[in-house]
Amino acid sequence: MIDWEAVIGIETHVELQTRSKMFCGCAVNFGAEPNTTVCPVCLALPGALPVPNEQAIEGILRIGAAFGCELVEDSLFHRKNYFYPDLPKNYQISQYDVPLCINGRLDIDVDGEEVTIGITRVHMEEDTGKSLHGSESGRIHDADFSLLDFNRSGVPLVEIVSEPDIRTPEQAREYAAELQRVVRSLGVSDVRLEEGSVRFDANISVRRAGDEVLGTRAEVKNMNSLRSLQRAVAYEIQRQIGLIESGGEVIQETRHWDEASGTTSGMRSKEESEDYRYFQEPDLVPLHVDDSWRDRVFASLPELPSARRRRMVASGIDRQAAATLVDSEDLADLFDSAIDLGADAATVANWLTGEVVAYLRRHDVALSGTSLAPEHLRELAGMVGDGTLSSTAAKDVLGYVLAGEGTPGEVAAAHDLTQISDAGALDSEVDRVLAENPDVLDKLRNGDMKPIGFVVGQVMKATRGKADPQLVSDLIRSKAGAN
Amino acid sequence: MTDLADLSIASAGVGLRRGGFSSRELTNAVIHRAAVTESHLHAYLTLDQEGARAAADRADADFSAGVDRGPLQGIPLAIKDNMTTRGIETTAGSKILSGWVPPYNATVVDKLNAGGAVLVGKTNLDEFAMGSSTENSAFGPTRNPWDTDRVPGGSSGGSAAAVAVGSALGAFGSDTGGSIRQPASLCGLVGIKPTYGMVSRYGLIAFASSLDQIGPFARDVRDAATLLEAVVGFDIRDATSYRGETPDISSLLDRGVEGMKIGILAELTGEGIAPEVDQACRAMYDKLADAGANVRELSLPAAGYALSAYYLIAPAEASANLARYDGVRYGLRVDGDTTEEMMAKTRAEGFGPEVIRRILLGTYALSAGYYDAFYGQAQKVRTLLRNEFAAAYEQVDVLVSPTSPTTAFAIGERTDDPLSMYFADVCTLPSNLAGDPSGSIPIGLDGDGLPIGFQVMAPALHEAQLFRVAAEVERLAEFEVRPALATSEVTPA
Amino acid sequence: MPVEIDIAKVARLARLALSEDELAGYGAQLEDILDHAERIGALPTEGVPPTSHPLPMTNAFRADEVRASLDREEVLEQAPAREGVFFRVPRILGET
Repeated sequence: MIDWEAVIGIETHVELQTRSKMFCGCAVNFGAEPNTTVCPVCLALPGALPVPNEQAIEGILRIGAAFGCELVEDSLFHRKNYFYPDLPKNYQISQYDVPLCINGRLDIDVDGEEVTIGITRVHMEEDTGKSLHGSESGRIHDADFSLLDFNRSGVPLVEIVSEPDIRTPEQAREYAAELQRVVRSLGVSDVRLEEGSVRFDANISVRRAGDEVLGTRAEVKNMNSLRSLQRAVAYEIQRQIGLIESGGEVIQETRHWDEASGTTSGMRSKEESEDYRYFQEPDLVPLHVDDSWRDRVFASLPELPSARRRRMVASGIDRQAAATLVDSEDLADLFDSAIDLGADAATVANWLTGEVVAYLRRHDVALSGTSLAPEHLRELAGMVGDGTLSSTAAKDVLGYVLAGEGTPGEVAAAHDLTQISDAGALDSEVDRVLAENPDVLDKLRNGDMKPIGFVVGQVMKATRGKADPQLVSDLIRSKAGAN
Repeated sequence: MTDLADLSIASAGVGLRRGGFSSRELTNAVIHRAAVTESHLHAYLTLDQEGARAAADRADADFSAGVDRGPLQGIPLAIKDNMTTRGIETTAGSKILSGWVPPYNATVVDKLNAGGAVLVGKTNLDEFAMGSSTENSAFGPTRNPWDTDRVPGGSSGGSAAAVAVGSALGAFGSDTGGSIRQPASLCGLVGIKPTYGMVSRYGLIAFASSLDQIGPFARDVRDAATLLEAVVGFDIRDATSYRGETPDISSLLDRGVEGMKIGILAELTGEGIAPEVDQACRAMYDKLADAGANVRELSLPAAGYALSAYYLIAPAEASANLARYDGVRYGLRVDGDTTEEMMAKTRAEGFGPEVIRRILLGTYALSAGYYDAFYGQAQKVRTLLRNEFAAAYEQVDVLVSPTSPTTAFAIGERTDDPLSMYFADVCTLPSNLAGDPSGSIPIGLDGDGLPIGFQVMAPALHEAQLFRVAAEVERLAEFEVRPALATSEVTPA
Repeated sequence: MPVEIDIAKVARLARLALSEDELAGYGAQLEDILDHAERIGALPTEGVPPTSHPLPMTNAFRADEVRASLDREEVLEQAPAREGVFFRVPRILGET
């Protein structure tokens, strides 16, 4: 039985949501009617010239800094030359051997195992137009013609290249997920896979464990969700292993992931591999990022997801809860605000990752669509803390608050959910139950604590769940011990 | 009484303001000159009579209302057909853009319009500015007004011919390896290539991005300065546009050359230069010395390699700049079963042989395995050349040489031998590679009655020095001759 | 040193559909030109940085502001082939 090792690298393209395009003033507007946000530059009309968007450069530097990259002091734009109808100039302005950011890393946590994935480089380029293929499947293979929309042509694109440090499909997925969280926290892109503002391509090869030499790699594209990414990587690894074990050879090629069949397939190979003939872009001058610019970029970084999770755990919640909260910026912000007001961290985290998440899913609504505020959580946590509400009742109250019925205090009163914490009132109830069940009292007096649950249950029933169970239990014990 | 079409821009400006004539009359004179000379010359690809008259009328209205937008108000000018003009066909001299109507103006065109200039039409050029004779135009050559069996030079041959003959009072062309200066030299005009980055390239159909610059043609140095001043300046739409303070251009025109240090480019004397051209230039070097300049010879060895470096760098950049002509979004399309086939057929049919030659050359020079030896090496030679120029300018204020190794050659004489055609640019290429300003001033005629041009080169941003020496050369040359065709009495061919 | 060029490959890279005769002709011309251009190999360029720009400028940016786009009809009017609001091309072989 041979031990195989998969070697995976991921190339990510992130569309920056600047106001205008990378090299021209056309609006970056994903919902625009076809071919309405175009101009001489992004249509590559004769005589047009590119001028870089300063905000886009700021954006890529922030991304590089967030990954701990070195921000290169002097970098260049290059032309990457190839012919394709969605690429108006038939070259793409990109960066070749001197990109803006190099040598970064991203730490990921896969089921408790911490893995560091190196990031080779982050560079600036521009997006292409979109093509729609005139065929049944919408795929290029059986199309008679294609239609072109150049709205997307020239949108700023950041390419992030990882080192081939990823080893499993799960790591691949978590790398992609964490990368999205980091970029999202910077506010430069909403990185939505389904919408195409982020795209992942995976380079996959296999080798026998212990082998130094890398196997031939295939590139897999067209994974439109994190789940597809994981499935595609898993499939491709097995495909390559199967191929080699049956005596075949892996070809260096680009493969297309097909979600429906759960397989990758080779795309029509070109006669020879493309020679991009890179040369420095003569229409643009070099980039110079000096010390003060670099310092400003690093200083402007927000709290990154990993730091935020660490801080949350330090405040007293578990890792899983922290991960869930940080995965959704809304929930994390709400958590932080509630804690700032003094609410108990573990309690709030529990509610947010449990009831609130379930509520949002059930009603298919975003947090912003509810009226849940940090102050509500503080109040609610306080009411549990001082015994006004049982934990069970608190969950009900939370539901009503989410539905917009009012503050926790208002809701608890309206639905009569407050806990009975008055020892005197409960005392008589306990006495009554004990009186009705003399054998129970005997057992208790003899040190058998098992029936406590039954008594508590009876008291809870009689008080319609409003009794403070802890208090009831204490009362029972003291009566058992007293006599 | 001087025919209005033979006025200088300066004189025309005075006349317009004095009320001696209207811009409409001036424009009509120029249009008439075009009407009678075009069949001999084919300087124009598009004559926009209606647009010109409308612009002239607007200028006249402005003058009447006391509005004065500047020295070019009401002045009829021509523009090389590689600068975009909204609503007016722009072809770059190529079949692949035949019928293309740009939806936007080049920045230079916007500036001229803002100054109230009258754009008479678009002039002929070598296809995509690639050539030194205007024989590479897809629409037929332009002929030299001094001898219509000869070339006007290129690639801005149409602009040169129009100004030489009076079917425009001034014109703009573009210069990548000499395409303004060499035709100016062959047509007896002043032609200037400014410092790289001085004039916006936005709307200039690109040939070689790091070399292209727009510049003026005029019949005298003062007019050339006026034309250049109207179009220089930072443009946010051109990232290579110079962002510093625009240098002075015309303040030293009357200063003379007393005390200046002038260097003769040794590599561009003697062998390789036609005897009469060499002689005429040497005579001018002596005159400049007599006028008070310190004139000496300087050697710039790398200048001898400029041609080789240029014919690697320019085609390489061009091969990428011309990749956009693919039949997808505008221009010619030749059908194919697949997009790949459509593109390849469109380009093969739409481009002429010189353009194809340079695209192939450029693609090769950039391709894997050859980049270092060809393109990479050429860019280093460029640095060597710039260093030599910089060192030279520590010893002298300007450098001088002939503009072209020969006077106008015959139509068809060099078309079978590309290399022989490339040699026409051997004197002009160095300043494109260096990015420095240079210009050509007519200094006489050879035995065949053909104009000889004298080149002045100055350090980057030192246009004032360039024009100072150019003005003195003009004074010393006393070149007042016009070609025989420069008259409205000509009968169409 | 005579330069040998795979002219057919270069023509494919440049998307130029040329005939065998044309390819042969251009190939020969290119070899002549490159033989001449190759002379630059003799110059001492070790340690010499390449010049991509005549002007020593860096960071030529524009602000992130939206400017008017072109009118779609004016653009599509110039299209060699269009279908409604799109540019139309024949089937595309390769996929990126």
